[in-house]
Amino acid sequence: MEFAQRIDRQLRQTFEIERLDVVDDSAKHAGHSGAHPLGETHFRLVVVSLDFEGVGRVARQRLVYDALKAEMGERVHALQLSCRTPEEDAKLGV
Amino acid sequence: MADQSVHDRIQQEISDNDVTVYMKGTPTFPQCGFSAAVVQVLNHLGVTYHGVNVLEDPGLREGIKEFSSWPTIPQLYVKGEFLGGCDIVREMFQTGELQDTLQQKGIEVQNAA
Repeated sequence: MEFAQRIDRQLRQTFEIERLDVVDDSAKHAGHSGAHPLGETHFRLVVVSLDFEGVGRVARQRLVYDALKAEMGERVHALQLSCRTPEEDAKLGV
Repeated sequence: MADQSVHDRIQQEISDNDVTVYMKGTPTFPQCGFSAAVVQVLNHLGVTYHGVNVLEDPGLREGIKEFSSWPTIPQLYVKGEFLGGCDIVREMFQTGELQDTLQQKGIEVQNAA
């Protein structure tokens, strides 16, 4: 849980969060490059924040990767990211 | 830093091809689920694209990440511009934004609706 908690904390510190899902998908990637015996290498995130309003998709993900630089440097190998504004989130409905 | 030749090669490739995907494996045999997803979307849209297998070239595999300051593969480039990775491509496809963006850039798209 260590890295999941760190990701959660870090993103809440960086963005005005409306919704944040942090799902550990590491088991799906066991044995792939970047896998670690202790897991917590691959996460699926849904980040919903007004901070993404007017920001392009590439830029949004860069903001998230920037916020999680330390975690990415240590254990986390890849993130599956969905960065949405509250309005987009309501439309997507997942 | 990846050496300049890798950078030049990428720049050349994304200029020469309207749509380029840097991926793990080939369009016919993707070797990663995320790369497969991007290829699937492009195939569905009937878009002509150039697939580049980064697994064949460790220099390219690292170089492409530096080139775009983007930490993951696959990466989709349209008319020389980095459009996004797997999540962005999938989400844009879902909302129809991908189809619109491609058409605006003069790329032929089937099944656009």
